[in-house]
Amino acid sequence: MRSRQKAYLAVLLSPGALWLLFFFITPSLLIVVYSLLERKDGGGVIWSFTLDAYIKLFTPNEGTFINDFLIIFLRSFWWATLTTVICLLVGYPLAFYIARQKPSVASTLLFLVMIPFWTNFLVRTYAWKFILNNNGLINTILQAFDFAPWSLINTPTAVLIGMVYGSLPFMVLPLYASIEKFDFSLVEAGQDLGATYWQVFTRIFLPLTLPGIAAGSILVFIPTVGQYVVPTILGGGKVAMLGNILAQQYGSALNWPFGSAIAVVFMVLLMGGIIIYFRIEQEQEI
Amino acid sequence: MDNQFLTWGKRLLWLNMLFSFLFLYIPIVILVAFSFNDSRLGARWEGFTLKWYVEMFSSDAVLSALSNSLIVAFTATTIATILGTMTAVAMERFRFPFRKTFDGILYLPVIIPDIVMGVSLLAFFSLLTSIVNGALGLSGNDSIRPGLVTVIIAHISFIISFVTIVVRTSLKDFDKSLEEAAQDLGADEWTTFRRITLPLIAPGILGGALLGFTLSLDDYVITAFTTGPGGTTLPIEVFGRIRRAISPEINAISTLMLMMSMMLIIISQVVQRRSAKM
Repeated sequence: MRSRQKAYLAVLLSPGALWLLFFFITPSLLIVVYSLLERKDGGGVIWSFTLDAYIKLFTPNEGTFINDFLIIFLRSFWWATLTTVICLLVGYPLAFYIARQKPSVASTLLFLVMIPFWTNFLVRTYAWKFILNNNGLINTILQAFDFAPWSLINTPTAVLIGMVYGSLPFMVLPLYASIEKFDFSLVEAGQDLGATYWQVFTRIFLPLTLPGIAAGSILVFIPTVGQYVVPTILGGGKVAMLGNILAQQYGSALNWPFGSAIAVVFMVLLMGGIIIYFRIEQEQEI
Repeated sequence: MDNQFLTWGKRLLWLNMLFSFLFLYIPIVILVAFSFNDSRLGARWEGFTLKWYVEMFSSDAVLSALSNSLIVAFTATTIATILGTMTAVAMERFRFPFRKTFDGILYLPVIIPDIVMGVSLLAFFSLLTSIVNGALGLSGNDSIRPGLVTVIIAHISFIISFVTIVVRTSLKDFDKSLEEAAQDLGADEWTTFRRITLPLIAPGILGGALLGFTLSLDDYVITAFTTGPGGTTLPIEVFGRIRRAISPEINAISTLMLMMSMMLIIISQVVQRRSAKM
């Protein structure tokens, strides 16, 4: 490379790279370091090495094989899985429907999916609190007809509704992108060769739209498993997820090493999952 | 048999579409409608009023939070768009050692859950401020504390990645021979960039900036962990109010935030149409 080009590259690359090094990579590594230090009362850390945080996280309650923190881990991953599956079951037929419309209709429907996608997440979550609250819209209507109130707020159902509501557009958009690219003459070809609808769907359609399913699932699963806003507003802190205990350890509990250990284990699980996923995808391509 | 199966399939698809859109829009419509409700408590309709909007615009807390949100979004988006565009050009037009590794790192702020990024920045800023305060001998009220500046820094860190991704797509799309032709005719790198590359990727840059601006205005989690005295943004203010109690005023502020999002969507659509015509 000519030295002129080298200088040009250095000027282009270094500001962004240094910014991320200083304000993204360093803080991430700092968390790993903090997870191995001693707790300081009132927040922060004492700079001496210990494995206390990890021991606390992985020590089961007496007589069991699990503790409260691991239960929250399992619950977060389970709820994120449920949210992803529900979004997929609703989003896949929706994306399919949109992709089969005339271009003008399709672009309007797509725009209608985009609007919630761009709309403030906090506001959309609050909308459900307004509906599900004890003196919210559903209960006001029930009361007006002398029905018994229905306590939905601060339940797992409310949290799941909020998470599906927040994530659905993230599922539909990548699904639409991959279904729209699908060559529908392949369906006819399959049928001409005697395949049933089910066979056409599972053998041709599903495999060819798999990249969209994968992209949508990742876009839904990862933000959901780390949700903080939805379980706080619609769960009222009574149904805690990982985001809540992370915030709690860094906030009121003031145990930064323990909070850091939770974050580290969480990231290792997520990144491990993503790496395994891409390995499998690469193998399938070969 | 076949035809019946198909008609039922189509009906189910149509119903699924209808219910999906009702599910997506009913809460938003209800939220907006009740911001005009003349009742302080609960969700019983008591008649039309604009008083919650009057109250909202005469509340100092709301106005200062709104102005903080706009300051953060404008500053963070401007800086992140410049850095992100430069990074995108470097990634698409050059080969260099560790390019693959850096490519992976660029995607991390997009993938990592915001709560993890929030706590790691909290830890980082608290360490940084204590080092700076120690070095400068500041304590008590004189000491440097997290606030609007740390929020802006945090927002830049996640917007850079989004801008880079969007700008890289528009760099991939265009005809590289235009750049080569300009250089063959004697233009240097900077002139080529300014006269050829920049005008062609301008819609991509604007699209990335709009995305970044929206994400910045929307963010609650990362802001909550990196803010401090004097750094209350609109989402922070709204979140605090939601946790205290439900009030029609929150509906009014939410409607204002919805309007801001709508404006950004319309702008981004106009930008996309323009660039499609080019």
